[in-house]
Amino acid sequence: MTDRRSWLLRRLVLGVAQTAGVVVLVFALTEALPGDAAVALAGDAPDPERVERIREVMGLDRPVAERFGEWAAGLVRGDLGVSLVSGRPVTEYLAAGFGPTVLLAGLTMALLVPVAVGLGVLAARREGGRADRVISTVTLGVYAVPEFALGVLLTVVFALWLGWLPPTAVGYGSGLLGHPAVLVLPVLVLLARPVCSVSRLVRAGMIDAMASSYTAQARRYGVAESRIRWTHALPNAAAPAVQQLARTVDWLLGGVVVVEALFVIPGLGTVLMDAVAARDIPVVQGLAVVFGLVTVAVNVGADLVTHDLAPRTGVSA
Amino acid sequence: MDDTTITTGHPGGPARRTVLAAGGVTAAALALAACGGPEGKGAAGGGGDGKPRRGGKLRAAFAGGGANETLDPHLTNLFADAARAKALFDKLADFGSDMSARPRLAERWEPNKTLDRWTVTLREAKWHDGKPVTAEDVLHSYRRIADPDRAFRAKASLEPIDLDDSRARDERTVEFRLKRPYAEFPNVLAAFGAYIVRAGADDAGDFGEPVGSGPFRHVSFTPGRSLLVKRFDGYWDGAPHLDELEFTVADEESARINALLGGQVEYAHELNPTTARAHDGGDRVRIVRLRNSAMQGFVMKTDRAPFDDRRVREAFFLIADRRELVDGALSGAGEIGNDLFGKGYRYYAGNIPQRKRDLERARRLLREAGHGDGLTVTLDTSPVATGFVEAAEIFREQAAEAGVTIEVRVGNADTYWSDTLDSGVLACTRSGTMPIESHISQRLLTDSPTNATKWRHKDFDELYRQAQSTAEESERTALYERMQRRLHTEGGFLVWGFADWIVATAPGVRGVAEDAPANTLDWARFDRVWLA
Repeated sequence: MTDRRSWLLRRLVLGVAQTAGVVVLVFALTEALPGDAAVALAGDAPDPERVERIREVMGLDRPVAERFGEWAAGLVRGDLGVSLVSGRPVTEYLAAGFGPTVLLAGLTMALLVPVAVGLGVLAARREGGRADRVISTVTLGVYAVPEFALGVLLTVVFALWLGWLPPTAVGYGSGLLGHPAVLVLPVLVLLARPVCSVSRLVRAGMIDAMASSYTAQARRYGVAESRIRWTHALPNAAAPAVQQLARTVDWLLGGVVVVEALFVIPGLGTVLMDAVAARDIPVVQGLAVVFGLVTVAVNVGADLVTHDLAPRTGVSA
Repeated sequence: MDDTTITTGHPGGPARRTVLAAGGVTAAALALAACGGPEGKGAAGGGGDGKPRRGGKLRAAFAGGGANETLDPHLTNLFADAARAKALFDKLADFGSDMSARPRLAERWEPNKTLDRWTVTLREAKWHDGKPVTAEDVLHSYRRIADPDRAFRAKASLEPIDLDDSRARDERTVEFRLKRPYAEFPNVLAAFGAYIVRAGADDAGDFGEPVGSGPFRHVSFTPGRSLLVKRFDGYWDGAPHLDELEFTVADEESARINALLGGQVEYAHELNPTTARAHDGGDRVRIVRLRNSAMQGFVMKTDRAPFDDRRVREAFFLIADRRELVDGALSGAGEIGNDLFGKGYRYYAGNIPQRKRDLERARRLLREAGHGDGLTVTLDTSPVATGFVEAAEIFREQAAEAGVTIEVRVGNADTYWSDTLDSGVLACTRSGTMPIESHISQRLLTDSPTNATKWRHKDFDELYRQAQSTAEESERTALYERMQRRLHTEGGFLVWGFADWIVATAPGVRGVAEDAPANTLDWARFDRVWLA
C-alpha cells in the first residue's frame, strides 16, 4: 500500500509541475502571436493613430512581466482576467461555452467505450475471420478521413439529401438537449476516429491475451469461453486502450473546435476560435489553461486506472 | 477615417476560415448536394416579387463575433453588427447603391454659402418607447462617437465637425459647424457606425436592451448566438412586413449554406463563388449577387523604387490581364476594373477608356525606365481576403510575360494591413464600399491616415480641397474627374476588379435588393423583405 501511495504522490507532483509548465507556456506562446488585439480590431483600415488608441484603452502598452505577474496571481485565485474586447470576465466566456462542449464530449465518451470495446472484442473473436476483416477495413478507412471532411459528407447525405437530421444547430442556442437530433451528426463525427483507434487497440490486446498462457490455463480448467474473454482477457487488453482513451480526451478538445464550427454549436471551441480571431488574449489564455488542466487531470486519472489494471506499469504521460 | 469600410466578415475571419480550409472538399460536397436535390429544376424564385405580404419570421445567418458581440451600434465592426444595428437603429443618412448619401432620420440638409455650416432637419421619428427623436439625441450620439478617450470606428469620419460649436436650434433642427468647408458633408451623416442613439445612452447597460428608432425592436439577445427582434409599428419609414426577424450566427460558410438548404434559416450572408455556382439557377435557394461590393487591386508605393518612376507604374497597369484576374482570383464573381475606385458610384469617371493589356508598351516603358535587363519586385499578399493569394500568383505569371520577375511573399493574415501600410513596394489590396470622396480623403491626401500608395501631391490635395469648397455640383464633378484622370494615368492603385458580394435566400423570400453593394442602405435591409 505504501508503494502505491508513494507512486500516487510522485504522479501528483508531476501533475502539478505539468500544470505550472502549461501556465508558463500558454503565456509565452500567446505573447509570441504576431499582431495584437488592436491590430486585429483595426482590420483593413489600420490608421496608426487609432491602433495606438485601441492599444492604450486595452492596456496592451504595459510591460510583459507586469502583465504575466498579474495574470498568474489571478490564476491562483481562480481569476482568469477580463476580455480585452468586451471587458467581461473570462470565466463568463468559459461558462457560456462549457455546457455544449461537455455535452458533446460526454456523449462521445459515453458511447465510445462500449462501441469501441464491443467492436474490438468482436473482431478478436477470430483473427482474420469475416467480422475481423470487415471491422478492420472499415475502421482503417474511417480513421483516414479527417473530421471536417467526414462532417461535410455526413451532412450532405443525412441532412441535405435524405433530410433525416438537421444540418446544423443554428438557432438552438444552448437548448441542445431539447433537440437531440441536432447532436447525432456532431457526435458521430467526434466518435469516428477514436472508435477506430481504440477498437484496434482492444482487438490487438484481446488477440494477445486470448493466446496467452493464462487463458489457456483457464480453458484447461473448463472456464466458459465468454467468461475468459470478458473477465480474464479484457482487463489486460484494456490497459493500453485506457491510455488511448485519455489521449482521446485531448483529441476531443481539438475535435470539438472543428465540429462546433461545422455544426454551429456555441461551445468552448467556438469561444476559442472567436477569441483567437479577435486576438482576445485573456480569453485564449484562459481556455488554454483550462484545456491544459483537463489534459493533465485526465492523464493522471488514466495512469491511476492503468496502474490498477496492470500494476507493472510505472508513471507515464 | 474609415468611413464605410467593410471588414471581411470578421477582423480575423479568414484565419478562422483556414481552419476548415480544405474548401475543395466542402465545395465538391455542396455541388453534389446541389445536383442531388430531391425535386427537379424549376423557375428560380424571386423575380417580380409581387405585392408584399405581411407576417412571418425570417431567420438570417451571418458570420459573427462570438461572445464579444454587443448591440452598441457605435461599436459596429462586422457585417453582422451592421445588419443588427440597421434593424434596431438609424443614421441621419445612408448610402444609396451609387454611394450618394440619402436622407434617413434627417429629412433634409442645407449648407450655408461657404459650405462650413450645415443645418439638418430631422424627421418626425419615434424611439421604440414612443418618445420623439430629437436634436439633442443627435448631438449626444455624435459627441459619444467623437469622445477623445475612446476608439469608436466612426470617430475619424466625424472629425470635420466642430461639435463644441454645433448646437440644437430646436427639437428637430441641428446646426453643425464644420472645421472647414465640406461639400460632401452628408457622407459624414451616412458614415459606417454613425448611428443615432438616445441622449444619455452610454454604458453597456443602455445597450443590453437597446431602445432604438429603427424598424425593429429588441426582444432578446445572446451574444455570438442570436438576436431576436420584432416589428416596430411606429417606424417612420413604414412598419416592416415581417413580424419577427432573428439574426443567427454561423461563422463557417459551409454551415450557413447548409442551414439554408436544410430550412433552418431563410437568408445566408456571405457565400463563396463556388457555392454560388453550385446553386445558381437551382430551385433550392436563390443566389443574390450584390455587384460592385469590393474593389480588388494592387497598391504600388509611389515614393520608392521602382514605383517612384511613373513609367514603371504605367507598365504595371498595362501588364495586368484583368479578365484573367477576375476569373481566376474571384472565380468569375465580379467585373473588371479600370484602375479607379468606385465603378458606377457617384462622380465615377466612367468616360475614361478601359485600360487594356499591352505588353509591348509595358516592355518599352520598363526599358525607358532603365529596367531593360529585367526587374524583380516583391509582391506582398496574405490570405486575408478571398482571392488574395490567387491574385498574386496570377499576376506573377502575367508579369513574367513582360520580363518582370515577381516574388510573392505571403504574410501573416492578422497583421497584414498594418504590415503593408508602410513597408514593401507592391501589395494586394481590397476595399469595401465607400464614396469616392472618402476613398480620396482616407487614402490619397498628404495627411490621409491609410495612404498605402504614399500618394502625396500638394496640387492633388488642392484639387480635393477645391472640390469640397465648391457648391455647384457640375463644377465639383469636373474636379473629381480631374483627380481621377490623374490617378488613372499615374496613380498607385492598380484596380483590376470589383467583387460581387454573394448572399442566398430561401425561394420564398422576397424584397431582397439585388443592386445594393454590401453596407449600403438597401443591403441587409430586412424591413423591406417579406415571405411569399
